Amino acid sequence: MSQSEVKLLEVKDVEKIFNVKVGTFEKKDLHALNGVNFNIYKGKTLSLVGESGCGKTTIGKVILGLYQATNGEVIFRGKDIANLTPSKRGDIQKDIQMIFQDPYSSLNPRKKIKTILEQPLKIHTNMSKKDREEAILSLCDDVGIDYSYLERYPHQFSGGQRQRIAIARAMILKPELILADEPISALDVSIQAQILNLMMDLQEKFNSTMLFITHDISVVKHISDYIAVMYLGEIVEYASKKELFANPKHPYTKMLFSTVPDIHTPLATESVLKTGEIQSPIDLPKGCFFQNRCMYKVQSCTLSHPNLEETGDNHLVRCPIV
Amino acid sequence: MALLEVKNLKTYFFTRNGIVKSVDGTSFSIEKGEILGIVGESGAGKSITGFSLLGLIDPPGKIVEGEINFNGRDLVKLSEDELQKIRGDEISMIFQDPQTSLNPVITIGEQMMEVILYHRKGMSKKEAFNACVEILKTVGLPAAHKRMKSYPHQLSGGMKQRVVIAMALLNNPKLLVADEPTTALDVTIQAQILYLMKKLSLEFHSALILITHDIAVVSQLCDKIAVMYAGRIVEYGRKEDVIFNPLHPYTKGLIECLPKLNDDKKRLYQIPGIMPSLLGLPKGCYFKDRCEFADEQCDVYPPKQEIDKRIVFCHKVK
Repeated sequence: MSQSEVKLLEVKDVEKIFNVKVGTFEKKDLHALNGVNFNIYKGKTLSLVGESGCGKTTIGKVILGLYQATNGEVIFRGKDIANLTPSKRGDIQKDIQMIFQDPYSSLNPRKKIKTILEQPLKIHTNMSKKDREEAILSLCDDVGIDYSYLERYPHQFSGGQRQRIAIARAMILKPELILADEPISALDVSIQAQILNLMMDLQEKFNSTMLFITHDISVVKHISDYIAVMYLGEIVEYASKKELFANPKHPYTKMLFSTVPDIHTPLATESVLKTGEIQSPIDLPKGCFFQNRCMYKVQSCTLSHPNLEETGDNHLVRCPIV
Repeated sequence: MALLEVKNLKTYFFTRNGIVKSVDGTSFSIEKGEILGIVGESGAGKSITGFSLLGLIDPPGKIVEGEINFNGRDLVKLSEDELQKIRGDEISMIFQDPQTSLNPVITIGEQMMEVILYHRKGMSKKEAFNACVEILKTVGLPAAHKRMKSYPHQLSGGMKQRVVIAMALLNNPKLLVADEPTTALDVTIQAQILYLMKKLSLEFHSALILITHDIAVVSQLCDKIAVMYAGRIVEYGRKEDVIFNPLHPYTKGLIECLPKLNDDKKRLYQIPGIMPSLLGLPKGCYFKDRCEFADEQCDVYPPKQEIDKRIVFCHKVK
């Protein structure tokens, strides 16, 4: 984490525990986040990578204020927002915007595109009707929405176009931070490339900062500056994109790389079949959380929980073996 | 003789807004033990091709033309009762979403046993139970015996998909149609399921049709590839040829726009535009509006060309 970069958002030891029903009369704690730490730097993109159930969406929702953290701090503009609901956030709310995974459910089917794009401006700014219209039209040019689309309804668009509209809605307030939660995983491959390129262009143009949440490590290569790999509610590896791709260290990161389908590599073999699935965040194991899927497991892994340690070059790894 | 030979299959939907030609004259064949991948974007007609094979087209849809020769019989001509006997026995299907393809109020065991007992009338319940446990072990489901008594909601997505695959394999089908079997799953689980399907197709010698939008998945698993666009096959051939030397501009684009792990380029290649609506197809080649090579020649739909055992529909390929 170089000194020249300005921290925009700081996540400090954030924990989130949900009390869930496990039986008719029994409730248990589900540890969605177990002390997550990271910083997001101005104008940079941090990617959070991990499987479903690893807590990557939960941390996004904590930052956005949709969940309140059980413990820990989220510092934005010098203020701890970890426990503020959206209504108590005031101005901050307008500077953090989200792009959701599924463009089929994130746009209100009863509203025209124009209304959808105008709503944030009405709520958060004092712009006149004419100014709002101008802002919408100029953004339409940037994200590639035809002006004629503004009078239509969401069901008249394909997935890729809807995601463009969702991106426009997130960008219209010129937010400082954009959270993108799997923004391309619901789209076709040929459209994925279009949306990824668009997001990179917009980021360059507006100099916005992005937290990109995904399960697919191959897409983060193009869009990230830093990458954090999450497993069972904690970060297991953190490095700059270049460093992580050149030198993945944690066994889980290596596993993620080996399972990405690629036309130049053969199908992953028997070894992945044995690795099983992410375990339930209810009743966390003692010792390393990854132990039952890890092929480098030794006796000490079952005894103590490893810390996230610096291994040089700002490369943090939560595994004492490597 | 090929196990399955589809000739000029046309499945149309007669909607209020006009005729939607979801599958418009596709032809392909598959041998015993072979894996065929059908790739394309949503709406390209790949799932409808799969459904047509099993006779799962409901009104307003209809197979209007073509032959589906399976094991010496034309499936298009069979009655619903005869198809019912083939489905789940000689041909079975794995659907995209494991969450919705299992009945939520019946145990895994009951659902699986029903598949066997329907097709094997003489079998006792106990034999069927044991066969189910056996197949669940084959697909790598831990604690198979216990899982027979579980309900679908008690299993994770990856486990459910294993159950669905196990169920499809129960009667040792000759042909398995898998429609986006891993799209709803994580990459790690996807790798496990793909490996499992490859292994099982080798073990059981069943032919597999894998329908997916992800050309990278297809390249890892398949022997042959058919690329579909707007209801028609645009390129069809052996995997090595199609992946490493694609001829059709659309296939080239699909391969080019994949994010690559070992590539430092910042921007991704993108195919401009979107697939045209099946109700408003352009005159001539359907891909011409997105194609960088298109000219006036492309105003006529390109004829079929056969180049070294590969079929491609494009004027610009010589």
